Amino acid sequence: MSSLLGLTAHQLQGLLEKKEISSEDLVKEHLTRIAQSEEQIKAFVTVTGQEALQQARTIDEKRSRGEQPGSLAGIPLALTDNLCTQGIKTTASSRMLRDFRPPYNAAVVEKLQEAGAVSVGKCNLDEFGLGASTENSAFFPTHNPYGEQAVPGGACGGAAAAVAAQEVVFALGSDTGGSLRQPASFCGVIGLKPTYGAVSRYGLIACASSLDQVGCFTRDMTDCALVMNVIYGRDAKDSTSVSFPAGDFTKFLVNDVKGLKIGIPREYLQEVNDPRITAYLQQAAAKLEELGAVCEEVSLPHTAEAASCYNLILAAEVSSNLARYDGVQYGLRVQGEDLVSMYKKSRSQGFGEEVKKQIILGTYVLSSGQYEDYYLQALKVRTLIKEDFAQVLSKYDCLLTPATPTAAFDFGAIKDNLSLLTSLNTLTCPANLAGIPALSLPFGTAAQGSPCGLQLLGRAFGEETLLRVGYALEQNTNLTQPSPAVKGEM
Amino acid sequence: MKITEQEVHSVAEIARLELTQEEGQKITHALQVILEQTEALKRLEISKVKPTVYVLPLQNVFSEDQLDKCLTQEQALGNAPEVEKGCFKVPRII
Amino acid sequence: MSTEYEVVIGLEVHAELKTKTKIFCSCPTEFGGEENTHVCPGCLGFPGTLPIMNKKAVEYAVRAGLALNCEIQEYSKFDRKHYFYPDLPTAYQISQFEFPICKAGYVEIAVNGKKKKIRLNRIHLEEDAGKLLHSGNSITSSQYSLADYNRSGMGLIELVSEPDLSSAEEARTYLEKLRAVLEYTGVSDVKMEQGSLRCDANISLRPVGSSKLGTKTEIKNMNSYRSLQRALEYEIERQREVLEEGGTIIQETRGWDEEKGITSSMRSKEEADDYRYFSDPDLPPIVLEPAWVEEIRASLPELPDAKKDRLVMELGLSEYDADIITGSRALADFFDKTVTLFNEPKTVANWVMGEYLRLLNAEGTEVQESKVSPEKMAALLKSQATGKISGKMAKAVFEEMFMTGKDPEKIIKEKGLVQISDTDALGEIVEKVLAANPQSVADYQAGKEKALGFLVGQVMKETKGQANPGVVNGLLKQKLTD
Ligand SMILES: [Zn+2]
Repeated sequence: MSSLLGLTAHQLQGLLEKKEISSEDLVKEHLTRIAQSEEQIKAFVTVTGQEALQQARTIDEKRSRGEQPGSLAGIPLALTDNLCTQGIKTTASSRMLRDFRPPYNAAVVEKLQEAGAVSVGKCNLDEFGLGASTENSAFFPTHNPYGEQAVPGGACGGAAAAVAAQEVVFALGSDTGGSLRQPASFCGVIGLKPTYGAVSRYGLIACASSLDQVGCFTRDMTDCALVMNVIYGRDAKDSTSVSFPAGDFTKFLVNDVKGLKIGIPREYLQEVNDPRITAYLQQAAAKLEELGAVCEEVSLPHTAEAASCYNLILAAEVSSNLARYDGVQYGLRVQGEDLVSMYKKSRSQGFGEEVKKQIILGTYVLSSGQYEDYYLQALKVRTLIKEDFAQVLSKYDCLLTPATPTAAFDFGAIKDNLSLLTSLNTLTCPANLAGIPALSLPFGTAAQGSPCGLQLLGRAFGEETLLRVGYALEQNTNLTQPSPAVKGEM
Repeated sequence: MKITEQEVHSVAEIARLELTQEEGQKITHALQVILEQTEALKRLEISKVKPTVYVLPLQNVFSEDQLDKCLTQEQALGNAPEVEKGCFKVPRII
Repeated sequence: MSTEYEVVIGLEVHAELKTKTKIFCSCPTEFGGEENTHVCPGCLGFPGTLPIMNKKAVEYAVRAGLALNCEIQEYSKFDRKHYFYPDLPTAYQISQFEFPICKAGYVEIAVNGKKKKIRLNRIHLEEDAGKLLHSGNSITSSQYSLADYNRSGMGLIELVSEPDLSSAEEARTYLEKLRAVLEYTGVSDVKMEQGSLRCDANISLRPVGSSKLGTKTEIKNMNSYRSLQRALEYEIERQREVLEEGGTIIQETRGWDEEKGITSSMRSKEEADDYRYFSDPDLPPIVLEPAWVEEIRASLPELPDAKKDRLVMELGLSEYDADIITGSRALADFFDKTVTLFNEPKTVANWVMGEYLRLLNAEGTEVQESKVSPEKMAALLKSQATGKISGKMAKAVFEEMFMTGKDPEKIIKEKGLVQISDTDALGEIVEKVLAANPQSVADYQAGKEKALGFLVGQVMKETKGQANPGVVNGLLKQKLTD
């Protein structure tokens, strides 16, 4: 039998249904791949091989009894380690939670289990989702499968790398300001940040509650729609989750963009450092026009302020959400002579430098005397950014932008390079500030053969347009499928 | 007005963090740059703009007053660093 | 001449809501229970958990607001109040800071016959914290503390008064009034001993005539109405002494020590926290449509003031009696129900105010737990009214009924407590007693009225107390004058 690695969920589904392969074999093959490639990639914090095999066998038994085992039955996936898994370590890549075993599953984990998908482990991220390279993980950095010296992006770099390295078929993660889309772009996979509220945040270890959304990494648009079918929907455990009217997302996978109006925000193009990325964007626009869509340059006037606005809101919410880690109910405790000293020691040794920086910034901007000058100001700019999108998206069906200003950079490059970080955030965080859906799609390769990505932004709950445009690009160009990061049998 | 290293240490105190001198310096510098960037926000004419507090226009999302199952004491304490008599133990408060 | 001072007090009252579940999760609010068993990941503050607003808690807050004449706010929302303390698992309390659910209410109190309106600034919803048990006798002498989160996340309303109270007694009366209203509306159990009603006070003094408020102190740890009054009386005197000696009051939080009978400094304002409030992004705001508010208004029961007016105006009770009976909904309901079964309000009031309250207080029980039902009470009063038993017997029967919960008829039968009013039967005994006590007969006939009492006593003794004293009296007089 030829290798099953690198196939998509919908391809594997066909083989499983016809019983040409078993889930157990499929999971075994991916576990073997993980064993071979992890030394180099380091995508996983925890691999749950035994549990995965057990679950795969259960799925196979169900199938052999003629039962319908679920829409993603037997497909191996990875979860970013900020999604809670009952009884299985969930660390958020922090020393603080090194040994934390939640007594509950995240809502999306439950949904995936119901659909029969098999989690093979938990992936590395920047500590608590704060970073753009996995260099802020308390454990180790993950390496980009397209080049060992390059970062996989972040925060959810581990999960993106795991999909790119064919260790799993798809993966879940979270996006606060680009944590799914930016690593997707660096690793040559699709990354979807749903509309705020479309997917339950219950059991996602909060980074910034008003920005966080759970989303997915997949190899193609069809898989993206299949995963959306499973994870979308209202959850009674998340007050900010809403029911999504779409129904089956695969019905939007139509090779037809005729009449669609697509805007290209000029402010986003100004952030790009690599001329090839601009060229790819123009190529994509030309292709869409050729297919009958209208592409026009548009303006989102407050784009330049988005990163600062994001920095303040992110820090404020992080400082609040991470206050609970104080060594009492769970997590790291470092003994001290009294309560306050125990608090300080535990938090100082449990958190890494980036997390401390965000907590201090957030505490500062929320303190009386600073609140009006910083936090309130940021909330108002957020309104302007939302209004920019509302205005443009009332005339255009979606927006096409670069996903990242460059292809994957090397380790150490982002450190102290604030303008690079600002550019990265400028392209991705506006979608989080506005709550709109955003999808990053591989499109072409940069100099060293590392992938580039484009981004599609839609109206709130307008995921169907993103699927349609993404699918059309996938069907009509050969640029959305970068050559595999890991070639042949290892 | 730039945030000073002393301010960073006193904010850290409020956030129950203690910073080494090196961390203090690095974080102070980083925050100065970030806060400097935000000065641009103040130049916008936004006195009449309403702040966005919620992303979605949701309201009145309620649960009914119905019991659901609780954790067992063992589950509740399962991750606790220190436990005594079914409780979470903490060092002396004063 | 020394300055005359005016006392300015405001109260912050916390009442635990009587919902079945906690305010943001589905754990029970039941009191007691083994430590950390009424908890879920949410009320333990575990990562990734989210709050869900209990609809009933919103309705209860509105009920309380309507009953306290508040303006119900169409828009309200939740904020996070940050501070580190081991009873607070997330290190922030979800509360309402910027937009509380109710504003601007009032209650009327009467002290020494003088009526006064006390304004409420606001009522807001928030969550309770867990409980800490300290290893030593006090928090300062403890080597460590133990945290139990069964109470964590219980729904609370905080009722903040304006500084309209001008004596310890007014403060106590105001708190009792709030207690009654919250009990009537079914919003809270309002038990100070169990902590379902808690109270902090802000207090300051200023020279009479001054419009500027003096420096205030905040008093905590008052666990009963009595300790509230004592603590405030103490603090008024303490502040008066400081001011009279030319000193200044320090703005601080002071704790009441019940045993020592003093308040002492807990922390000064300089150490006070900056709570860094901001809107909780996890909880969408509450919008109260007028129709919903009206629906809740329509479901309100008769409130203490209205009930008291009815008892005085329609049933002819004294202000004093009506005040006490309507002070608790359970007692008022007991009274009302008994009156529907035995329509002599004043008699019922006498019994409720007398025997019933005396035994409740003596036994330390509450109306809800009492074995005496309105039906039994009415049956007893009927037996007395028809002359079947005497007033003295009725008291004895009541006491047994209170202790055992038996039917009064059964007690009367078991004790053979039937009053003898039959003149023929009593006539014989009277004859016998007269024959046996010639000296007393002579004394009476010689004008010594006292002798009659002795003879009545002898008849009662002969009948083991069952004779109807009125009838005996009449018979004796009749025979002695024959
Ligand atoms: Zn709970």
